[in-house]
Parts: sequence; structure tokens; C-alpha cells
Amino acid sequence: MTKELGHIPVNIITGFLGSGKTTLLQRLLNSDEFADTAVLINEFGEVGLDHHLLEEIDENTLLLQSGCICCTIRGDLKDAIRDLYSRRERGEIPAFRRLVVETTGLADPAPILATITSEPVIRHHFRLGNVITTVDAVNVVMQLRRQPESVKQVAVADRIVLTKTDLAKPDVVKKARDAVRRVNPAAPLIESANAPVDPSLLLAHDIHDDSHKLAEVARWLEATRHDDHHERPHRHDANRHDARITAFALVFERPMDWTAFGIWLTMLLQSRGEDVLRVKGILNVVGVPTPVVIHGVQHIVHPPVHMKKWPDDDKRSRIVFIVRDISKEEIANSLSAFNRLARDLDRNHDAA
Amino acid sequence: MSASPEAFGGRQGVVPRRQERLYRVKLINEILKSFALRLDDWQGQSFILSSRTGKTEIVDDLMAVWPAAEKMIGRQLDPMDPALLAHLRHQTMGH
Repeated sequence: MTKELGHIPVNIITGFLGSGKTTLLQRLLNSDEFADTAVLINEFGEVGLDHHLLEEIDENTLLLQSGCICCTIRGDLKDAIRDLYSRRERGEIPAFRRLVVETTGLADPAPILATITSEPVIRHHFRLGNVITTVDAVNVVMQLRRQPESVKQVAVADRIVLTKTDLAKPDVVKKARDAVRRVNPAAPLIESANAPVDPSLLLAHDIHDDSHKLAEVARWLEATRHDDHHERPHRHDANRHDARITAFALVFERPMDWTAFGIWLTMLLQSRGEDVLRVKGILNVVGVPTPVVIHGVQHIVHPPVHMKKWPDDDKRSRIVFIVRDISKEEIANSLSAFNRLARDLDRNHDAA
Repeated sequence: MSASPEAFGGRQGVVPRRQERLYRVKLINEILKSFALRLDDWQGQSFILSSRTGKTEIVDDLMAVWPAAEKMIGRQLDPMDPALLAHLRHQTMGH
């Protein structure tokens, strides 16, 4: 959105313990293009190592004081970002053009995203950029089964970096890729061990970047083409966290009523936001010739992004959902019913 | 709920603001009926949510309707609720 162009993008780097967040961060920040990036890290977990490495990387590093960002330090994260911004404004630190927040390995990323998108002062100056999740090819299959935080970290990602592929056999890497794809089919999956990572693809190419938003939406939609492959039966197995997550794409033949969609999505997020890990898609809205892009993470809905044109010849609404304990049919039936109701009201109104 | 207030501000400028507001209220009321609740426009500025038992609350925007409604009836308003969907099916089949 135009309104957000002047905002400083905030990237989140998350990933389970030992999955290579800091190594990735170092590689990204070595790039000249991202030299003016401020970094916030958190001291829980990989304690001293993170601290020393990052201090060498960037003088703008501010170490958060206590425990885990997600629950106890949400206030600290807020204060840290606000403090960074004031120091930037006063000229005490260079005018950084991007902020990266590295979470702890055990963090649930959702509250961190919420802090950035909802805190009144922060959202006035910053906007959420790509969420980058590192996953360790050797351990990710086990982590996704056992650790709910790990599933969430993968589900909310805009970019997934598969690390340590050089330490794993090809069949292990394949299983890791498959497991990650089942939880999040829509994010580009990049292997970092054998090739240089492209910092721009990870950090900057996002839905708010005019020159890349078409490509970004095309990437999401790519996932909808392989939907049958990725979709899994709806199961309730409390011991396997990844088994409760389903990723699927819905395609709607008829144009979407914007008001009905807004009512439906806000109602869904209020009642089931915890279980809606990710929603993103492109809508063919009644009365609007160009597509409208929507995206949300858990309880957060971003302002819609208007596209100048469709990414391909398909002009149907297509939405990717990553949800927990909700089936594709439930979502499809419910959204269709709301849209049908709107059509019906419109028709009656026209007839009156 | 922390959605940007501008996220669902209106139908993209295709219809006048007032008309859009009335349409939104009408649509929400079709949903709220199923939960014995009702929404009314309040001077074009905010909305009044009321229950059949006489409870009322003023809400500022669409985002605020759901938490207020939830508090009023003491349970969540799930858009996938089978009773709600049956009610909507009945509504649309009636025409």
C-alpha cells in the first residue's frame, strides 16, 4: 500500500534452536545492500554466542534484557523498537532503513508479529516485512512432530531456509523438504548450505515492494497448483503437532463480495485466530476490475494490497490457508455461504 | 483482534460510503440473527449492538463487533458453526 511505502520494514528471523538463525543473519548482513540494517536479538537460548557475533556485525544491536521475546518481553520488544526509532530520529545512530528481529529458538513468532503490526507508535513508523524461518534438515521432521513452536515458525514463514543439508543424506533432506512443504506450501524453500543465499529475495522482495509484488503473489499461487499433493487428511493426534496443521488452497469461481469477505474473515479470526496460522491470496472482488491481495497471520490482518494487474490468465479468487484443526470443507462451506448471502441481498436490493 | 482498521474499511470505493455502511449492517445482521443479536447504525459514527434480552453496547467498527458479541452471549461466534450455516442456507434458499 502507498501508505506503507515510507515505513521501515521489519524482518523476523525465527527458527528452532540450533537451526542456524545467527549464521544466516551474519550472511545476510554482510551484503552491502543491507548494510544499513538495525538488528534486535534476544539473549535466551544461544546466549553468549549470539551476543558476540552480533555485536561484531552491527553496532546498532540492542540486546533485549530478559527471557523469551514472545511472552515476557513483548513489552521489551516494544520498548526496544521505540527506543531504536527515537535514537535514529535524534541522530544518535545511523538512519537504518531496515530492522531485523531475531527471535529465540523457542519463541512463538505470533506475538512478535502482533507487536509490530498493532502497537500504535510502532505501526506508525514500521511495517512487517518477510518472516524468514530457518529449519535444520537433520532435525526438522522430529521437531515438527514434537514442538508446537516449530510448526508455528514454519507456518508463518514467508521464506524458509533449509540449513545443514550438507550434513544430511539426500533421503533425509527430501523428507525434511516434504515435511516443511506440508506445513507451508506457499513460501519459497531455499537450501543455504551449497549456494549463496540471495539477501534481497529473503529480506526485501515482499508484497509491499512494487517491483516484486506480482512475482510474490505468483509464488503463493504456485502452491495452489499443487494443492492436491500437499493436502492431507484432517486428523486429531495431539501427540503430533504437525498432523493437526493443514495447508490448502481454495479457488472461487464467482467474484467475492468484499464486505462479506471482511465480515467472514474478521469473525473467523476473532473466534479461531489461534488456529488460523496463515491466510493469503488474491481476490476477484465484485465491482473491482483489478485484483486485491489479502494476507494475514493469526489474529493479524494486513491492509489489502491493490494490484495493477493479474499475475496470470486465471482471474478467479485463490486463497491459501494454513490452519490447525480446521478442515478445507469447513472453510470452503462457510466462506461460500457468506458470499452467497451477499449475492442474495444484492439481488433483492436490485429487485426492490 | 489486531487487524488494521483500514483492512476492511469498505468496498474499495465502488459504492458511496453511507450505502456501503448500511449494506454492511444489513449483512452482519443476517449473521447476528442466528445468535439472537442485532446491530444498528449509530449516527453514521458507530454501531449499537443489542441482544434480545436487552443488553446493548456501542462499538466503533466492524472489528469491535465480534468481541462485543462474544461477551454478550458468552460464547464465540464461529463462522463455521453448523447452526449458523443452516440458517444462512435457509435464508438464501428462501428467495
